[in-house]
Amino acid sequence: MSRRVSRRTLLTGTAAGAAVALTRFPAPAVAQAVPFKLGLLTVKTGPLAAGGILMEQGVLTYLKEKNYTLGGRKVDFISADTGGNPAGAKTKAQELVERDGVDVILGPLAAFELYAISEYVIEKKMPTLSLAAADNLTQRTPNPYLLRASATSSQATQPLGHYAATELKLKRVVTISEDFAFGHEQMGGFQASFQKDGGCVVNKLWPPLVTPDYTPYIAQIVACDAVCQGFAGSNPLRFMKQYATAGLKYPVIAGEAGADDFLLKSFGEEALGLVSAAPYTLDLESDANHRFVDGMLKNYDAIPGQYAALLYCNCQVLDAGLQTVGGDARDREKLMAALKLVTLTDTPRGPIKFDHLNNVIGTIYIRRVVKEGAKYGLKLWNKTIHTYENVSQFWTWPEKEFLAHPVYSRDYPPLTKC
Amino acid sequence: MTGRRIAIVVAIIGLVIVPYVITEVYYVNIASQILLYAIFALGLNVLVGYAGLVSLGHAGLFGVASYAVAYLLAAGFGHAVAIPAAIGIGLLATAVFAALALRASGISFIMITLALGEIIWGLAYRWISVTHGDNGINVTTRPAPFGLPLSSARGFYDATLIIFLLAVASSAIFVRSPLGAALCGTRDQPRRMNALGFHVWMIRFMAFMFSGLLTSISGILFVYYNEFISPQALALTASAEGLLMVISGGAGTLLGPVVGAALVVIVKNVVSGLRFTVLSPMGFADLVKFVLNGLFQHWNFLLGAIFVAIVVFMPEGLVPGSVRLARAAWRTANRSKSARPAAAAPPAPVAEQKR
Repeated sequence: MSRRVSRRTLLTGTAAGAAVALTRFPAPAVAQAVPFKLGLLTVKTGPLAAGGILMEQGVLTYLKEKNYTLGGRKVDFISADTGGNPAGAKTKAQELVERDGVDVILGPLAAFELYAISEYVIEKKMPTLSLAAADNLTQRTPNPYLLRASATSSQATQPLGHYAATELKLKRVVTISEDFAFGHEQMGGFQASFQKDGGCVVNKLWPPLVTPDYTPYIAQIVACDAVCQGFAGSNPLRFMKQYATAGLKYPVIAGEAGADDFLLKSFGEEALGLVSAAPYTLDLESDANHRFVDGMLKNYDAIPGQYAALLYCNCQVLDAGLQTVGGDARDREKLMAALKLVTLTDTPRGPIKFDHLNNVIGTIYIRRVVKEGAKYGLKLWNKTIHTYENVSQFWTWPEKEFLAHPVYSRDYPPLTKC
Repeated sequence: MTGRRIAIVVAIIGLVIVPYVITEVYYVNIASQILLYAIFALGLNVLVGYAGLVSLGHAGLFGVASYAVAYLLAAGFGHAVAIPAAIGIGLLATAVFAALALRASGISFIMITLALGEIIWGLAYRWISVTHGDNGINVTTRPAPFGLPLSSARGFYDATLIIFLLAVASSAIFVRSPLGAALCGTRDQPRRMNALGFHVWMIRFMAFMFSGLLTSISGILFVYYNEFISPQALALTASAEGLLMVISGGAGTLLGPVVGAALVVIVKNVVSGLRFTVLSPMGFADLVKFVLNGLFQHWNFLLGAIFVAIVVFMPEGLVPGSVRLARAAWRTANRSKSARPAAAAPPAPVAEQKR
């Protein structure tokens, strides 16, 4: 008996609630034009989730700042969790495009996810503003619907190679990074430019993305001046702790994700002195960066790193591009053409523009982890010690020469005796 | 019997017109996914339902065929070569699986299949030169048999439907054949079957091979559907999901695995993406919507709750369970009608006694 009563109450309650809801808010959507549908492919589960959640917060920080309008249109924001794997990225991309009918996709996070959806994006003519750094999609097999305001995997590690060889005077380096496309391309870029400037990569180690223990890999780090790590998500934390525990003293240098600013609150003493190269740095003194960091602190009480910052930049680019086409996203070619021409001076990462293959040209910051000057209640701070301006994905090589080589991979450049 | 035939014809017509009724590409793709997972579940059901052998390594077999077809296509072979070769490789892997796993039964069988599945997952994850590890293998084209391209959602659905109907028909024939009857015998009374002169091991081996065939076919369809394969498709969770499809729908029935596959695919893909707009301040309806949104977002939890409900209310699975409940309701209705004039206390309904 009691069950029947409660069910009836539930029904009446639902009906009453729905009636109230309907009368209280006379459907506002009818009065306005169709909202602009913005889809985000991000990662909310697994080792990459820490970065993926920041991506979403970066987008929302920009949308909140602009009162949920881009290019003069009201934005309907839809976020999808790929689970940080290529198959999930494909499924979720289909969901965003075919079911939700989004106008533009932001993301995904990881290079191997982007490689998995690239063909699909072309087939569906879906403008995609990626964070993921799958090098070849703006190089040898360019995707006309992809615009990358973040960086290629190797865009920051190529300057890092130069800095390591010429400023840090390193000679012999062991690289260690996750065994997936982002890791391969980062370390390939480092090796190519480091060896061009006289250094030598003596060994390359590839632990899998999900691994409980780095010890077997750390044990292979011998006979070198320094270690270059290219870990992503929350993996740098675990690697640096285990590296210190193993008692190794070689200095460590890192790619863009290996010393991300959002990790600073979790790093301990073991990270002191870590030198990294990144397209975004928390300590950049610019209006846009202050606006962005304040927004992140206010909305989410989160100290952002590049995952949030680069998505914020993506939104700025999208906003500017939409403005050019008068908010009309129906003509995808026209929108892409407008997006490519966007140049911005005031972004959290400094001035950016795009090359003819849709990849960003921007500043790369070399930072060192120190204790002095830390802000926002942090104990550690990434202090910028050098900047490379207008860095393209080809670094200092001429485009033709660069593209004549195969894409950086597990086996390219090969290990050589040097 | 005629009623059954009518039902079958109606079901087939229903499946054929699906892409004409739901024209949205996304949902046609979901329907294709249901069918391809249904083939996988039918394959697993041969072992779980009819042979009484619970395998936790079937995603491994699924993956062998998937990787074989993807690797061959990436190496430049045509579909006409890659598909038969992948089925062959899948059957070969099944034979090895069966030879190793059939040395045991019961819990040991589960553990051996689990271990074998994990070995194949490990190979996919770390044998980088062949599988490209986490990066996976991209497949760029779908075949076009007899000049009918499968690149469109509808074309792919039609092809999957044909293969699905063949899989159901062959399963039905297999189960009704003397071999199928003998297989059920080895499930219920292996020792007696042995004493009667049946070669229990060989019967189980044949069942394993048939199961492997259906699994390989679904693996190949999976690659063509996603145009991509990476180690996640072979993980233990994929094996467990297959097992849940079979058990939730009803192991040892033809329709059960199909219903189970539909349930899992729909909760995973459709329900997980549903969102109600919640207005604030929250009325009662908004509170309900808010809770539902949470459930939809954490669809794993929802799926778990559904399975618990199935185990509690229909331990034999959705299909046999619904049939039982419907019959019970029918009988109770009939009995109360006939009992009313007598005005005597009716005997306890049969369904109650069964419970």
